[in-house]
Amino acid sequence: MVLWGISTIVFIVMRLSGDPIVLILPPDAPTAEVFRVRREMGLDQPLWVQYLVFLRNAVRGDFGQSIHFRQPALAVALERIPATIQLAVTAFALAVIVAVPVGILAAVRRYSLYDHLGMLLALLGQSVPTFFLGILLLLIFAVWFPLLPIGGTGTPAHLVMPAVTLGAFAMASIARLTRSAMLEVLSQDYVRTARAKGLREATVVLRHGFRNALIPVVTIMGLQFGTLLGGAVVTETIFAWPGIGRLAIQSIFNRDYPVVQATVFLAAVAFVGVNLAVDILYAVLDPRIRYE
Amino acid sequence: MGTEPALRAEVALPRRPARRRIARVPLPVMFFMGFLLVLILSAVLADYLAPADPYRQSLRGRLDAPSWLGGTTGALLGTDQLGRDILSRILFGSRISLLVGFTAVIIGGLLGSLLGLIAGYAGRVADEVIMTVADIQLAFPLVLLAIAVVAVLGPSLENLILVVGLSGWVTYARIARAQVLSLKQKEFIEAVRALGGSDLRILFRHLLPNTLSPLIVVATLDLARTIVLESTLSFLGLGVQPPTPSWGQMIGEGREYLIIGRWWVSVFPGIVLMLTTMAVNRIGDWVRDVLDPTLRNV
Repeated sequence: MVLWGISTIVFIVMRLSGDPIVLILPPDAPTAEVFRVRREMGLDQPLWVQYLVFLRNAVRGDFGQSIHFRQPALAVALERIPATIQLAVTAFALAVIVAVPVGILAAVRRYSLYDHLGMLLALLGQSVPTFFLGILLLLIFAVWFPLLPIGGTGTPAHLVMPAVTLGAFAMASIARLTRSAMLEVLSQDYVRTARAKGLREATVVLRHGFRNALIPVVTIMGLQFGTLLGGAVVTETIFAWPGIGRLAIQSIFNRDYPVVQATVFLAAVAFVGVNLAVDILYAVLDPRIRYE
Repeated sequence: MGTEPALRAEVALPRRPARRRIARVPLPVMFFMGFLLVLILSAVLADYLAPADPYRQSLRGRLDAPSWLGGTTGALLGTDQLGRDILSRILFGSRISLLVGFTAVIIGGLLGSLLGLIAGYAGRVADEVIMTVADIQLAFPLVLLAIAVVAVLGPSLENLILVVGLSGWVTYARIARAQVLSLKQKEFIEAVRALGGSDLRILFRHLLPNTLSPLIVVATLDLARTIVLESTLSFLGLGVQPPTPSWGQMIGEGREYLIIGRWWVSVFPGIVLMLTTMAVNRIGDWVRDVLDPTLRNV
């Protein structure tokens, strides 16, 4: 349902944007040639026919030939997927690994210097726009202190700046939410009971506290993953990362409809997939949650 | 959200009158409020405050360093690739950021609240339709949608406001709908209906005022998002077109000159942008804590 809606919106938006023929053929192309290409691409059909054809083909994963690359659009988009997955997964893992301990510690040592400092950094991370963070990192680690490559891909060093850039916002949000979820859980009766039993503080915090704080934390992780996909567009553009986000931008500027449709479709599939995974994780984390 | 005894106790115990609670503004919030005030004033008074004409180019004074770092043109924050004064452009650029940010919040807020009220009140069909559309929009990477729409409609101030505004309605709609769903069974609504109050009267005189405070919280936090989205689009070249200055566009243009060490072109507008979003976020957090602590996770 969601996938259908997205495909339709993309179809409408892209068709509104004007005639791609102008971009493919030179301006002095003979009229007969224009008509031939238009017929070849099915652009001479009424709009609703184009739409039905589009839907039928989309179901089969066929988004047509890329106008720019002269290859099947889906293949062009799929080719860029591994780079984006590599970047997104690294960024996301980095965010979770840093954010969760920071959030837990901030909650346990509430109102301490550590808490204030951590949350100030989190506020900063949530406030700095992705593209500006990317530029700052570039300036510091590639221009002033040339430690890391300026863009492109290849070695693990190429991955550092893009992953930090992309992960920062998610990191900040997850840290803040982990803190507030932990604060809520730690004041529950069962935590007091656990303490009263004389359990070690670490056991209380992690086994009795954190496990119960996981549900909201996992929810925000799922949501953040969607934001991450959007952020990938900007990050990949800044660091010349050959992923699907950069492809999407290039294709929009090239008016390469089939590729735009394919990229957007894949992004939506990823998002729906992640949300499904989150729903399943709920049931694993909290045995009280069962789906019909 | 009725099962947080600790939280409840924390907020509800010292039951002070509202006026005293607002009077105790934390220091960082005060600081950021001051910053925003200065920013708004400088946007309004840019014509009088700017040390130079933000459009005047100077071939000899291109990419000149800030005056305190040995710049020769005397520009406090240096000059850009066309020799224009960066400080003046930042001051004028604040107009675009604030204008787009605020109007977009108003558009998204009004549309979203209205749709949310309808979804919550008008019955199943309307609810299904509106919420499905909301889900579809949520499943779509927002930046990509905005980029596609602007690329199609052509970059201009009006399109920018429209796209950024429409991008945010879902949050408002969800909050408004949830509030309406929980309120519409309450006795006071029954009472209005028993007295012959029309649906419109119930919606706008009785339900809307009761959903207002969470909506205001969302709007405050949303302002940071709209400002960032505007600057992101401008950064990618899809915002207001040159020569009209905007922060995102200045940062984007300065990107090529980073590598040759002319960092001030990008960095100064970036710092102002970052401080602005930080200010809005921090103030938004505070407004939420005061108005509606149950919304912590928004």
